[in-house]
Amino acid sequence: MTAAKPKTWLARLLLALLMTVTLLPFLSMFTAALAPSGSYPNGLSWPADPQWSNFARAFEAANMGQLVLSSTLIVLGVVPVSVLAATMAGYGLAKLTGGRNRWIYLVFVAGLTLPFEAVITPLYYEVRAFGLLNTRFAIILPLIGLYMPFSVYWMRAHFLNVPNDLTEAAQLDGATRWKEFWLVQVPLARPAIMSLTILLFLWTWNQFLLPVVLVKDPSRRTMAGALGAFQGQWGTDVPLLCAGSLLILAPTVLLFLAFQRHFVAALLQGSVKG
Amino acid sequence: MTDGTPLTDARPRALRLLPTGRSRRARYTAILFVLPAFTAYAVFVLAPLIMSLYYSTLRWDGIGKARFTGLANYVTVLTDPDLLSIIGNAFELVLYFTVIPVLLGLAVASAIRGHMAGTFGTLTRTVLFLPQVIPLVAAGIAWSWMFASTGLVNQMLTAVGLADWTRGWLGDFDFALPAVGIIGAWVLLGLCTMLLVTGITKIDPSLYEAARLDGARPWHEFRYVTLPGLRQEIGVCVTVTVISALASFDIVYIATGGGPGITTMVPGLEIYRLAFAHRQVGLASALAIVLMVLVLIAITPVQWYAREKK
Repeated sequence: MTAAKPKTWLARLLLALLMTVTLLPFLSMFTAALAPSGSYPNGLSWPADPQWSNFARAFEAANMGQLVLSSTLIVLGVVPVSVLAATMAGYGLAKLTGGRNRWIYLVFVAGLTLPFEAVITPLYYEVRAFGLLNTRFAIILPLIGLYMPFSVYWMRAHFLNVPNDLTEAAQLDGATRWKEFWLVQVPLARPAIMSLTILLFLWTWNQFLLPVVLVKDPSRRTMAGALGAFQGQWGTDVPLLCAGSLLILAPTVLLFLAFQRHFVAALLQGSVKG
Repeated sequence: MTDGTPLTDARPRALRLLPTGRSRRARYTAILFVLPAFTAYAVFVLAPLIMSLYYSTLRWDGIGKARFTGLANYVTVLTDPDLLSIIGNAFELVLYFTVIPVLLGLAVASAIRGHMAGTFGTLTRTVLFLPQVIPLVAAGIAWSWMFASTGLVNQMLTAVGLADWTRGWLGDFDFALPAVGIIGAWVLLGLCTMLLVTGITKIDPSLYEAARLDGARPWHEFRYVTLPGLRQEIGVCVTVTVISALASFDIVYIATGGGPGITTMVPGLEIYRLAFAHRQVGLASALAIVLMVLVLIAITPVQWYAREKK
């Protein structure tokens, strides 16, 4: 279809331009990361003597091993619980409640556009009252709550499209409902669950506001939160900062490249539904 | 993407068919299914929101005794020139975060108007989505370097003979806010483009043929076929980008910290600064509530536009 269009070259030119603009900052960071540490490199210029060791130094300086571990722990704390709770709630709201309980769904949806900044101050005092300040739970628990509007909305939308005869085959009581949910509904919902998992993984891994406010120790933050601290510490050393930033953004980029198709699908659908 | 309303209507009927005892038990089961999600939501979103409303009526430093001041904090938010210009900054960012990605996305989509198949398509999708995958903080750092005095932007300006224009962009009183806006546009450009490119493939090609038979010019095609056909996708792009402009935090925190002066300060960052650096919890909370309401006010007409005639 594309080949038949006379305007193809124009489209390709535009796309190539867009891609260049998208890639330039990464390239510029990459060449700067190879300049001698502490120097002031130029925007985009291949250094005479590439200092690959900058990456090793940044790895040390940023405490990368610890950061990956911390981010992984936070993701493991947030994503499975959120996906499970949202899948159950999505099913419950789509299939089990009548019109009278629609308000519960509306209460969830009301949170869809809520900026995290709107609740960050009270969250700080709440988390402090729970005695969780400066622990990973300070990030994990609030995030689960904050993700619920989108996640529940997402899973409910999926379950609304599952034909009702699947559930009405048997008049079910609570216990068999539970079984039916796990044996029939969850397997059917796998694509929706997969996309939700990817989105929540990305949002958690890249979460910045909560770690900055609620956790002082960078080694207990998410990668993004730690990057903020790293910039504060090494901001004046451009090559090291660039090397560190590239390392810190590498894990999600590698995962994205490996599962490109799933990520693109999830991000496209995610924004459409959000 | 899909609207499930027709199916919702079927549900109550199904429930009415159940005997009453069963129906009560069914409701009980439903509550059990929803309870975990609702608890998390109530504890970490609804409760803090209510506390935000409560704090916003206080004069409180976060430690000592709080004093009830009614709506005084809201009056400050809506009259203080600094706070008003901070809110203004957020709306100015919308110009960059929303308008640039949507216009460029529309241009690309109408130029392609088809599936992006093959290796080139995959490559494009992959590259354009990169900014969506990395932390916003990383985008902020990358562009701080681009906009630095020895950065690529100045290097390119010098290369084309505009050396007079070079400056430290993020430290410039006039150009810092547009520079921050460009960062946001860069982050959101790929997402909007891909959404619109995907959306345009869903428009029935016969509409374009009919338009051409009627002698429509390219502009008319765009105006009467493409734009109405992309209504929903444009609505999504605008919604997502407006929210990320008004509630921006990460990029500004990293790239400028709100400076120079308050030229790039945005409500999100000001809430953080007021609450945790200046210990004005009440004022911070009032600003938080105002921000939340502003987002809602900005989004609602977009939602109407996107839903109409579906």
